[in-house]
Amino acid sequence: MNVNNTIDNQPKYINPYLGGVLLGLLILATVYITGRGLGASGAIKSAVVTTSNTIAPAATKSNNYMGKFVSDDHSPMYTWLVFESLGVLLGGLLSGMLFGRVKKFRTDRGPQITNRKRLFWALIGGALFGIGSQFGRGCTSGAALSGTSTFALGGVIVMFSIFGTGYIIAYFFRKLWI
Amino acid sequence: MGPLIPNGIIGDGWDFVIAILIGIAFGFILEAAGFSSSRNLAGVFYGYNFVVLRVFFTALIVAMVGIMYFDYLGWLDLSKIFILPTYLGPMIVGGVIMGFGFILGGYCPGTSFTGVAIGKLDALFFTIGLYVGIFGFSLAFPLFENFYNSGSLGNVTLTDVTGIPASYFALAFTVVALAAFWGTMFIEKRVRKNMKQYKF
Repeated sequence: MNVNNTIDNQPKYINPYLGGVLLGLLILATVYITGRGLGASGAIKSAVVTTSNTIAPAATKSNNYMGKFVSDDHSPMYTWLVFESLGVLLGGLLSGMLFGRVKKFRTDRGPQITNRKRLFWALIGGALFGIGSQFGRGCTSGAALSGTSTFALGGVIVMFSIFGTGYIIAYFFRKLWI
Repeated sequence: MGPLIPNGIIGDGWDFVIAILIGIAFGFILEAAGFSSSRNLAGVFYGYNFVVLRVFFTALIVAMVGIMYFDYLGWLDLSKIFILPTYLGPMIVGGVIMGFGFILGGYCPGTSFTGVAIGKLDALFFTIGLYVGIFGFSLAFPLFENFYNSGSLGNVTLTDVTGIPASYFALAFTVVALAAFWGTMFIEKRVRKNMKQYKF
């Protein structure tokens, strides 16, 4: 069932500042335990390398990009970020169950576009984000958030670059969202 | 003294168990804060929902200040933590492309996973898009390999580049964050007053 909620009647989300403190502590704990931060796009990269390596192992090994992530003793799926990302799915599901947000398949979209259009742009946006995250050496979690948390120059560059671009171009794509 | 795994205090065998536990906590926090909805996320660019800014900046300053304290108390050896390498041009270009991806797609990779977990089709399409994009990038890699490796500055921190101590950056980020929390409160109220219904 799709319910039209007004803005003031949002589903039960936790206080954003509490969420932020928890997330900050999690980054701190992750750095303290593993010496690295969080991530997300790396898991998809592993999935890409695994698929490619299954279909065409020789071509994958000779590809200058994917070849770096292929190893003889274990599958490219056997990486820290793949396990972490499985955890993200699981954690999202747990929270969704706890707060009553796990429902039938549905699509979030702005009020002025159709579901089909929304799904089309989600696919395009995902593809762009995927490409950008390779040039950026990480996405919003790995580069912008974890990178900046550890005072890495690259993290700050990626953070300002993503959000700066977002604000500059938001006006031109407002039909998608408002 | 941390980091625990690189220092051999926790054995390598625990690596993947810890990865899953950390992932669960990460996914739980993202979903619970409302990051499983693309409309909530896109709101930061249109002024009707600043949850992204609040969570992101709070997390950032907590982690920054925390890492500085851990260093000060001698709990964490900063020379052993991973510093993201900087590639100037590629990172700016990558960030711009990701900015387009964010506006068009409404998610970023981590948040899209949590959207998939609770049944959001747009999150699923975004995730498929990620896969397609990274596959395309890998296949086309020879075309821009030189650019990809250009502008390398190594694993540098803000302090390495500017000579200004990390604590000054932590302070600056905190001040900017607090100002942003305060300012966006008013923007959000104004924008919401003029908005129609907001469907989840």
